[in-house]
Amino acid sequence: MNATAPLAHDDKCLLRPGNTNCGGCGMSVGLTMLGRALDKAGDSCSLVIPACCGIVTAGAYPTTSYGVPTIASTFASSPAVASGYASIRDLNDEPGQVICWAGDGGTYDIGLATLSAAAERNENIIYICYDNEIYGNTGGQRSSATPAGARTTTTPSGKTEGKKDIMSIMAAHAIPYAATLSMAHPEDFADKLATALSMTGMRFLLIHSPCPTGWKSEPEDSIELVRIAVASGLFPVYEVFDGARYRISIRPDGTDPAEYFHRQRRFADDDIDLDETRRICAARMRRLEVLSQHFD
Amino acid sequence: MSVQVITGNHAAGYALSTAGEANRNSRGTACGIYPITPQTEIVEYVAKFPFSKGRVVPVESEHSAMAVTIGASIAGARAFTASSSNGLAYMTENIMVAGYYRLPIVMVGVNRTLGPPWNIWADQGDTLMLRDFPWLQFYCEDSQEVLDTTLLAFRLAEDHRILLPALTCMDAFIVSHTQTETTMPDQADVDRYLPDLDLPHRMHYDEVRTIGGLAWPHEGLSMRLEIDEAMKRVPDVYQECRQRFSDVFGRDPGDVIQTFGTEDARQILVASGTMATTAREVVRKRRAHGEKIGLVKIKMFRPFPGDALRQACATAERVAVLDRNYAAGTGGIFWQDTRAAFQGHRDKLLIQNYLTGLCGEDVTPAVIGDILEDLSGRDSAGEPVWMGIDTTKETLQ
Repeated sequence: MNATAPLAHDDKCLLRPGNTNCGGCGMSVGLTMLGRALDKAGDSCSLVIPACCGIVTAGAYPTTSYGVPTIASTFASSPAVASGYASIRDLNDEPGQVICWAGDGGTYDIGLATLSAAAERNENIIYICYDNEIYGNTGGQRSSATPAGARTTTTPSGKTEGKKDIMSIMAAHAIPYAATLSMAHPEDFADKLATALSMTGMRFLLIHSPCPTGWKSEPEDSIELVRIAVASGLFPVYEVFDGARYRISIRPDGTDPAEYFHRQRRFADDDIDLDETRRICAARMRRLEVLSQHFD
Repeated sequence: MSVQVITGNHAAGYALSTAGEANRNSRGTACGIYPITPQTEIVEYVAKFPFSKGRVVPVESEHSAMAVTIGASIAGARAFTASSSNGLAYMTENIMVAGYYRLPIVMVGVNRTLGPPWNIWADQGDTLMLRDFPWLQFYCEDSQEVLDTTLLAFRLAEDHRILLPALTCMDAFIVSHTQTETTMPDQADVDRYLPDLDLPHRMHYDEVRTIGGLAWPHEGLSMRLEIDEAMKRVPDVYQECRQRFSDVFGRDPGDVIQTFGTEDARQILVASGTMATTAREVVRKRRAHGEKIGLVKIKMFRPFPGDALRQACATAERVAVLDRNYAAGTGGIFWQDTRAAFQGHRDKLLIQNYLTGLCGEDVTPAVIGDILEDLSGRDSAGEPVWMGIDTTKETLQ
């Protein structure tokens, strides 16, 4: 590419050109889609980002890859910093969303108490977790979002525990909105962002975010991998209103999950019990089907 | 203005709340609050205060209490909180962030022993643990001083030449739960003393800026240097804030160090908090009998008032530093800084450390008498002396 060619991007777009994110990074796609959703809604935002790849994305002072006001918080604190910041926005009747943009380490692990407290208080913020199932920024350690069988630098023989069900935890807080988003389904992804932007109170969005570096996968496979995860039931795509009304957005189509594991070198073939995986996926979908039966 | 008999916690709650209320015509006020003995009454007071434009956020931990306060401050609000002991330890990561973000947050710390063992009584080890962060620190000896110093701390912290958070400290129970006669300023006077907060680097919702991301070593170094420069401006700006306080409220909030009888003293006690109250009475009685002794109370610990301390001890031959804290492996923290202040100025001055009142032990006039007896019998300074315990006999098995 000609480096002197004028950029086709708006300087004020959410994720600006020139960032150093990895090829095939799901977080980059998520940020771009968030920016588009904000533009479409005629909305703006401030980001609060804890320690994670998302704050590395910003780049070095005084430049920034974010086209919006962005505040770095300590690892566990993004929902609390956002609570204080959004409180002053609301006291002054100012526009714009306050959005926490956090990885799974900051969400499932170190920040869980802070997130739970912000949800219990129904803070007027949007919390988005880009879940790449690993501590990516530090070179690939297990988190409680890492799925069973995945090899990380701290589970060299494969993780023996399963992935924490963060959606059930968040839905149990009865917050106005909780949803899972897959970038293999961009229309649904955009619809859910639009839904979240149209509401007030605590909104929690979980993005299945491919990470070629941590997943030991090919960058061009990123979207295909999360597509298989949805189609096979590994990553259910649904939304929960007020912790009560469940709606399944995209149903699995019977695709076998085997392909998902084969195409990521974080999974060694003999570490994955495919029968057990199929059973868990089916049980999870049955539960969601039951929960969603009474959706109006 | 009214005179009431109130506790140190009540004084702190009143000062924090009226200071927050004074920002109602600007961006308002907010704080994160979390209980811990013996400061709980402060956050209870704040939670009950009818703010015109404010939000009190009852959070799940001290760590988040400071995080909420940081978020509010970045948005340009007047922000404050209070904590104590292990709560401050748990909050520490975000305390540090508030300083490096140059946010003029004011916190009241009630000095309580860090555990284990579990202990709710006075010891300054908790706030002194934070001594190396970019925070101003003040140690108070009664409700009036807590109230006045907390209000002054806002004005000082928010001054554009400073822009650093400030911590006002008081001894657990001895001040926090003891009622003393206190002059309470009207809201109108607090409004006059604390103008609308104008935080120059506050985040605006429509700007493109990232704060707290990566900075290369040289940029990071520049930011540290700016903190050092701001710290060096504190003594002068403090005097301006003190003068303005006197103009508005009609009383002196006190200097960064406070002396008694030092003008001709051969022996000087250096103390802080309520130890200074007791020491002052001992010094008063002994001076009446012709002893040339004096007291220096250190009110401002950060930045450390080395110049003022050296000046106050000009006639001294021996100095006793009383520490209600212990830095493991060294000694008292006020002692370390006192020795550093005299190094290269009066290297032969005898400066002896006395560890007293730790873990809530009482520092009585008799203890002060023992310290003076030890000090006057010395030819040279030695290891820190543990008061109130026979170090040759009493050890845990």
